[in-house]
Amino acid sequence: MNEHQGILILAEQRREEIHPVSYELLGKGRELADKLGCQISAVLLSNNKIIKAEELIYHGADRVFLYQHSSLQKFDVRNYKHNIVKLIKEIKPAIFLIGATHFGRSLGPRIAAALNTGLTADCIGLELDESGNLIQIRPAFTGNILAEIKTRTRPQMATVRYKVMTAHKRNPQKQGEIILRNVEMMPGMLTILKAEQEQQINIADANIIVSGGKGLKKASDLEMLTQLAGLLNGVVGASRPLVDDGWIGKEHQVGFSGNTVKPNIYIACGISGSPQHMAGMRNSDIIISINTDPSAPILRISDYGIVGDLYEIVPKIIETIKKTYQ
Amino acid sequence: MVNIVVPIKQVPDIESVRFDSEKGRIDRSSAAAEINPFDLNALEAALVTKDECGGTITVISMGPPSAETTLRDALSRGADRAILLTGAEFAGADTLATSYTLACAIKKSGLFDLIICGEKTVDGDTGQVGPEIAEHLDIPHIAYVSNIEIFENKIIATSEMDGLVQLESGFPLLITVTKDINKPRLPSLGAKLRARKAVIEIWNADNLLPSEQKDKLGLKGSPTKVHRIVIPGDEGRKGIVIRNAPDKAVTAILQVLEEQKLWERRE
Ligand SMILES: Cc1cc2nc3c(=O)[nH]c(=O)nc-3n(C[C@H](O)[C@H](O)[C@H](O)COP(=O)(O)OP(=O)(O)OC[C@H]3O[C@@H](n4cnc5c(N)ncnc54)[C@H](O)[C@@H]3O)c2cc1C
Ligand SMILES: Nc1ncnc2c1ncn2[C@@H]1O[C@H](COP(=O)(O)O)[C@@H](O)[C@H]1O
Repeated sequence: MNEHQGILILAEQRREEIHPVSYELLGKGRELADKLGCQISAVLLSNNKIIKAEELIYHGADRVFLYQHSSLQKFDVRNYKHNIVKLIKEIKPAIFLIGATHFGRSLGPRIAAALNTGLTADCIGLELDESGNLIQIRPAFTGNILAEIKTRTRPQMATVRYKVMTAHKRNPQKQGEIILRNVEMMPGMLTILKAEQEQQINIADANIIVSGGKGLKKASDLEMLTQLAGLLNGVVGASRPLVDDGWIGKEHQVGFSGNTVKPNIYIACGISGSPQHMAGMRNSDIIISINTDPSAPILRISDYGIVGDLYEIVPKIIETIKKTYQ
Repeated sequence: MVNIVVPIKQVPDIESVRFDSEKGRIDRSSAAAEINPFDLNALEAALVTKDECGGTITVISMGPPSAETTLRDALSRGADRAILLTGAEFAGADTLATSYTLACAIKKSGLFDLIICGEKTVDGDTGQVGPEIAEHLDIPHIAYVSNIEIFENKIIATSEMDGLVQLESGFPLLITVTKDINKPRLPSLGAKLRARKAVIEIWNADNLLPSEQKDKLGLKGSPTKVHRIVIPGDEGRKGIVIRNAPDKAVTAILQVLEEQKLWERRE
């Protein structure tokens, strides 16, 4: 067990760039590595010859293991797994962190099972105990509880939620090593027919979200929230019933079976605050809710709980913004 | 003919579990048990496939003896065969031990083309068991599937991976499905009554593994351990409530928006 040392993070390529969650993993990983007095490495699999692997060094990595091959364009999970497992067996990290994106949550479990080690899903906190073991904090029971988990095998693996850890400031002076590795190909089983690169909106990236729930009387009333979101450079979110009724696309759904978000400001209009909805937004920096029912659960996790009619309040906000700022 | 296995888990109805934030305790006693909601989507995907291509559907659950009711529910919705993995050796399993146990049971259950798992459970809430089963069985998997078309010897699946990706794969294959893939059907009364009398196969650790390998099951086979649970309370929110004063509310909201400087004054 003691032969396992250092920290490894999985850097993720999103389209032609490095996914920002990779820098967040490096931010947290660097902090842990400094406490443990060890090195931190990143592994990046990329199809893109010009990807800026040195950015990983500028954001905290001591070493980058870079795998480049045009075949990595297609995310064949077994292929990725094979190369990463081989690296882990060679460099034997004590901790291996992965972003809890769909990519990471599909790949991570395969790597963990192949290595017969533990994997903690969707962490929102990482700490060290007195012996230097990783304490992994994650929500469970639909976000109703936080569990602190330790792993007795090595590496201690965790997927970490996007936008929860902070990236370090980029330092282009920082030195590090980029190590090129050959990609070993597994016989492919999956064929990609079509990849729709760009999602229309990515609500997880939004700084302001104006969300609507069943307090809205008809689909067209969402227009009001779209207008407010537009004025604030934000994005419209929704509770699940609105998506189920076809009022709005599922890429707007916030919650346990939709998107997890952490904007600077989350404005919930006519949303009661079911555990499933709160599971997706309770870590937002500031929560404002507008609800006619003073006993609605959403008010209990709000910084500003407005007891009132959204049909009165929202148009007033829009009107005031337009009057004051345009 | 497509032979399908659907692993399903019995979970508490989350709405009625009580979480005591002061004592840090989960009280499940008041909560009814049900099929994990996402597993209903997995089962429905299997049923649609069977309607179109024929074949069999086997449901497998690892859990306490009471999980039998969950399997009967699945039978009443149209599954053909049900297997319950129960016994002290399975208790306390994390995702690695759970997936290993399920993989052993799936192998023992016979030939399969397709395994369909739910996206995640509402209690464990990891989404890891599916991909881990695929790794133990050394078969490919596609996660976050929101649409499928199944043919005699291949499947075309749409996976939600930071944008939609459409993939084709042969069998055997494991997929995990989101709630968007379908709307689960309800069982008929007659089917419910028939399922009450159906036979559920009950397997324990002896049925699955030679005894020297049993330390891969349950608590012994679980590398992760929960040390503490915390039940979040009001999470240090400001908790300012403004009642029935729309103008005051609007002023307060605008002030917050301004303080955040998220949107610049447009002169
Ligand atoms: C497995 C599972 C997964 C789920 N996943 C999700 C998920 O990802 N996201 C999600 O949101 N839900 C999810 N749900 C559904 C969830 O349980 C709730 O049903 C849903 O969140 C309720 O949505 P709501 O708050 O919009 O509606 P309601 O609970 O009906 O609340 C409407 C609110 O509007 C208020 N209101 C009414 N009129 C007005 C008015 N004029 N002005 C202001 N307020 C008004 C009411 O007081 C009420 O509080 C899931 C459920 C399950 C079982
Ligand atoms: N104890 C279990 N018995 C049968 N299937 C399970 C069990 N636990 C998890 N699964 C399956 O794995 C999926 C993901 O579960 P989880 O990793 O717990 O979120 C579920 O939707 C089920 O299909």
